[in-house]
Amino acid sequence: MGKKKKLARGVAVVGGGLSKLGLFKDRNSKDFFAESYLEMLGSVDKGLDPKDIEAIYIGNFTNDFFVNQAHWGPIISDLVGHVPKPVTRTEGACASSALAFREGVFAIASGFYDVVLVGGLEQMSKRTTEEVAEGLGTAGSPYEVASGFTFPGVFGTIATAYFAKYGADRECLFNVTIKSHNNAPLNPKAQFPLTIRDFMNARIERCRQKGEPIPGWKEEKDFLRDIAVNPPIAWPMHLFDCCPISDGASCLLLVAEDIAKRFTDDPIYVAGTGQGSGYSLHATKDMTSFEATRAAAREAYDMSGLTPAEVQFSEVHDCFSIAEIIHLEDLGFFKPGEGNKATAEGLTRLDGPKPINTSGGLKSKGHPVGATGIAQLYEVWLQLRGRAGKRQIPNRNLRIGGAHNLGGTGGTCTFTILERR
Amino acid sequence: MNQRPFNDNSYEQFLKEEKIMGSKCQKCGALAVPPRPICVSCFGSQLEWLEFQGGGKLAAFTSIVVAPPPMAKQGFGKNNPYVVGVVELNEGAKIVARITGVEAKKPEGIKVGTALKAEFIHSGEGPDQKTFLAFKPR
Repeated sequence: MGKKKKLARGVAVVGGGLSKLGLFKDRNSKDFFAESYLEMLGSVDKGLDPKDIEAIYIGNFTNDFFVNQAHWGPIISDLVGHVPKPVTRTEGACASSALAFREGVFAIASGFYDVVLVGGLEQMSKRTTEEVAEGLGTAGSPYEVASGFTFPGVFGTIATAYFAKYGADRECLFNVTIKSHNNAPLNPKAQFPLTIRDFMNARIERCRQKGEPIPGWKEEKDFLRDIAVNPPIAWPMHLFDCCPISDGASCLLLVAEDIAKRFTDDPIYVAGTGQGSGYSLHATKDMTSFEATRAAAREAYDMSGLTPAEVQFSEVHDCFSIAEIIHLEDLGFFKPGEGNKATAEGLTRLDGPKPINTSGGLKSKGHPVGATGIAQLYEVWLQLRGRAGKRQIPNRNLRIGGAHNLGGTGGTCTFTILERR
Repeated sequence: MNQRPFNDNSYEQFLKEEKIMGSKCQKCGALAVPPRPICVSCFGSQLEWLEFQGGGKLAAFTSIVVAPPPMAKQGFGKNNPYVVGVVELNEGAKIVARITGVEAKKPEGIKVGTALKAEFIHSGEGPDQKTFLAFKPR
């Protein structure tokens, strides 16, 4: 109660891996995890003897439903040769692996373990879109589901509340989509490595080949206004406001701060970790803000002693375009009601003062739900080490980055701050 | 009716009787609908039933085109979207519900703040009988 939150012992990230994201019906979750694990092994600068891994935490939302297989912990320790070490599965809907990361951090901070593997996985492609929607729906509130709400429906509802409160409209969301798709082609792991302009050109080419009338779009926003290519899903959410269905896996290697230099001369430290819970939509005081995010951010900022202005860039949970705008405000990057203006002004672009979702975000990088939290942290880890390739943030003095993960309709949120010293 | 527990089952039972019943904390007066067994404002567990009169205004909404399987079975979907939303009741609590009597195909014309009144939609028979809460413009 009121006590300052801090880790009893520091924790560092010294390795990481992320499988290529997309729809891979002929592969399975073990393939994705093996891909990310092998990348992680190769990423540890001074090498890792896998025997040194003492415990595993693995996030998965509902492969139980998606592929009829539960109990993913031992499947993973078996796969990567870590039987009989302890393995624990965490579930927090779309924030499942951010919870695995946090449990791994606490396990090391407690002094119990020194080297911990944390990861996440999900395979969504084996079910039809309707079935996936039903599966994801189980992470919603029972009241919303019973009334006929869908996930896009909940976020669409939140968008109308935001519009009414701040006088914004659907077009302000286009800026989020365009920015996300500008970053994705720079990410070789992205599911949709295409700019909106690329989508337009491909469509125009198809019309030309089929001898159909050529659409008269002048700019990206004309394309997004056209319901023939961007149909409504749940007002005001249209197709390009929604993240895709994806397969994939992610992992990070965490070690105690005092032994981090054994693995690399360039460890990235956990400066702050926070988690919160939230009410169902009807019970929230303010539908234009996620209480769970604000609680998670408070905890992470308190622990780190950092302010939102000091977080130089962040991955945020853009499951829907409106969500990104709200997160920008809840995390304190911009004032309430100004997240949309900041996005419109280009402040969150890769070359802007506060780059957001340099990976392309959930929208265009992909969102294999249980893998997403650690996939976001992997991006922050890459950026801080200057290894993000073509999407490397131009700022040469990159030191502090954040990752915000949201589960369900805001029931579970985390915020993590990583730091390069 | 005072004997009924403050839970979702009681709430649904009351809906079948065309009543919107929530809980009121006897200690701090906080309202909850559906009812709660514990007051989340003061942690009190001394509660009483409160009947909501069914008047309110639209706080937020969506018009759903891609319908989940249970709604698709009722004929909703691409050519027949439906509106759901959050209604702020006159007594002060908010609730999620279907919104009827508005143009689901022209959601840009639906206004947050529209005055609404409750209606009860009964479906199914026997043990499958269920009542959905809906609101329509007053």
